[in-house]
Amino acid sequence: MPIEIPVEKWPGAVREVTIGATAAEGGSRHQKVTVGGEKAMPFLHFEGAIPHRPVVAVEIRDRRPDDWSPLLPQAWGAAMDNPAAWAKAAEAAGADLIQLTLSLADAEGKPITAESAVATVKSVLAACGLPLIVFGPGQAEVDNTVLVAVAEATKGERLVLGICEDKNYRTIVATAMANGHLVNSRTPMDVNLAKQLSILVSDMGMPTDRMIMDPTTGALGYGIEYGYSAMERLRLAALQGDSMTQFPMLVTPGFEAWKTKEAKVNEGVPESWGDWEERSVNWETLTAISLLESGADILVLRHPESVKRVRAAIDELMAA
Amino acid sequence: MALSGIQIYKLLPQTNCKECGYPTCLAFAMKLAAKQVELSLCPYVSETSKSTLAESAAPPIRLVTLKSESSEVKAGNEVVMYRHEKTFYNKPGLFVKFSDALSPDELQKQIADADRYSTNYVGIDLSLDGFAVEAASGQTGVFGAAVKAVRSATKKPLILVGKDPAVLAAGLAALPGESVLLHGADSENWQAMAELATGTKASLSVSAGNLEELAELTEKIQAAGVEDLVLNPESDSLGNWLTMTTQIRRLALKKNFKPLGYPQIAFPHTPQAAAQAVDKYAGFIVLDKFSPGLVYPLLVLRQNIYTDPQKPIQVQPGVYEINGPKPESPVLVTTNFSITYFSVANEVEGSGMPAWLVVCDAEGMSVLTAWAAGKFDSERIAKSIKTFNLADKVSLKRVVIPGAVAVLSGELEGELPDWEIRVGPREAVDIPKFMKMAL
Repeated sequence: MPIEIPVEKWPGAVREVTIGATAAEGGSRHQKVTVGGEKAMPFLHFEGAIPHRPVVAVEIRDRRPDDWSPLLPQAWGAAMDNPAAWAKAAEAAGADLIQLTLSLADAEGKPITAESAVATVKSVLAACGLPLIVFGPGQAEVDNTVLVAVAEATKGERLVLGICEDKNYRTIVATAMANGHLVNSRTPMDVNLAKQLSILVSDMGMPTDRMIMDPTTGALGYGIEYGYSAMERLRLAALQGDSMTQFPMLVTPGFEAWKTKEAKVNEGVPESWGDWEERSVNWETLTAISLLESGADILVLRHPESVKRVRAAIDELMAA
Repeated sequence: MALSGIQIYKLLPQTNCKECGYPTCLAFAMKLAAKQVELSLCPYVSETSKSTLAESAAPPIRLVTLKSESSEVKAGNEVVMYRHEKTFYNKPGLFVKFSDALSPDELQKQIADADRYSTNYVGIDLSLDGFAVEAASGQTGVFGAAVKAVRSATKKPLILVGKDPAVLAAGLAALPGESVLLHGADSENWQAMAELATGTKASLSVSAGNLEELAELTEKIQAAGVEDLVLNPESDSLGNWLTMTTQIRRLALKKNFKPLGYPQIAFPHTPQAAAQAVDKYAGFIVLDKFSPGLVYPLLVLRQNIYTDPQKPIQVQPGVYEINGPKPESPVLVTTNFSITYFSVANEVEGSGMPAWLVVCDAEGMSVLTAWAAGKFDSERIAKSIKTFNLADKVSLKRVVIPGAVAVLSGELEGELPDWEIRVGPREAVDIPKFMKMAL
């Protein structure tokens, strides 16, 4: 029986954004990553082009985190003691790019400085040829100081700098513009807030092909449905032609999933939660897959097994 | 597609005879559109109109119910492609498959284990919905004995899995009066399977690798007399499978395409596929094996995706007494978003230490979201402390606010001058440590 498949006609498309620059382009990356460009809802190839596969970034820190679930050091081993080694291990585990989060202080408690941040970023760039996303420690003043120094010291690399939020974005956007980098703008799971911040950032003169949108997500069990629907609505708005939503979306399911009790601890939890490692990796994987299905372009993960599984899922979803 | 009152009115006799009990045909049509009355109240409606109305009244995705002595699982009746458009209604039934290659004793033991499984998420008890029994032996005697063993270990609804109708018949015979799902029919065996299902309460799944073949099969099986069908679009790749599940749902909802207007079943072999099944339209999900480390996160995902987006799940604002607090016990503050409340309450309870938990009315938002939206500020916290008369309950006037809103501590000191304001941890999981060390 011949069936006429209803096809939605979309006037809009997500912008294509390229992260990382090779030596020929003024950077030092061995490869670059292009995301976005979608003309259909996630993986509906019969409806419109999905020109680039979503990518997996691995989150690394400038020092071994002391509040992470013990399962993560178990997976990464000694590589966690050194961001350059960690980046290399992440590349070997299948990362498409690296997401480095800087800490407020080093292991001895010495506060981060512009110099120490630049040294860390340069060591990662030297060790690993993948494109790099750099997030500051998350305190406005410190973020601005260290990210400006990093942006200047790595001019032309097309890093993604973050996190821009409505309370603190100007300095980061200005330095990204001046030094040929990109920015990641984060808003709390709301279509209009995401749009507003995109407008503010682009009004500063940031080229729209250097903007990434981070709509935030909750982990599985902790509000994922809000992020899930915000992303679906943002992507629908983009396809309908709303210019200030037409950006690739970055989300951090690794960060969110691994801070939940389910993933973090195994003491005093109900037996019905099952095997700790199985449950934890599933927590991250199920969070990531659901966000992939709702429109994520860049998924930042933590556990190498999740990286493997999410990559396998992307392979299958892009093959159709 | 549901018709409007006006469209229905055009199908009625328009004589205003009042015999239906309503003053005009239009009034009756409006009641029909709101599904508040039955068409049979009109003695004069034509046969053509009757069938048109019956067709339009049928939901675009048929409701299929599996039923046993103890419980039932419903799939279908969905109305939207994206949950924010309204909501997803019938949570996919979660089943685990066992094979008759296991001895009846072993089956009984393993199923009893899985049958007992129960977990709790934000105050809701969750468990498996049923089991699938696979006729791997291909032998009627073995399969019949296996189904009997399974039925003795669980009262939940069952799915019988096999390609040979004669073998499935042996299983079906062991389940008199139940609505089981037979899995199932394909292009080879559909006639015999349809015969087996006809006249029983069983529903029948239909498998094919593409939509054309699937639609042809359901039409033939429906013509053979089986109404309750379930679709199994078979694919070994997530991408192709997503395309088919989406197209099936869209054809049913947007085109009212009856041959594919049935719920779908999924047999995921990886956690990734299981997640996609929950997110993307499966009505029944059959897992290969029982493992709490996957079942628990899947049950939670299902709960999340099927939450009504119009109604954030909230708890009643107020003072919650945990572990029998005394006047000197600490006062903790959080919001009335139920996930937030349960995360905090579970941790405090688990710590074994008594506390007064003040749940502020933050319109059902989590701490950070509520704070960003201005629904969880020092004024609201102070108001809660005052309206809930905390000062009369405690001797130690010390209140702990969530670490995520540490910025509020200064203002709150202004609002509550007699109280000591303390900043707690950002994450609920760190509360017991904080209570032991700092309070």
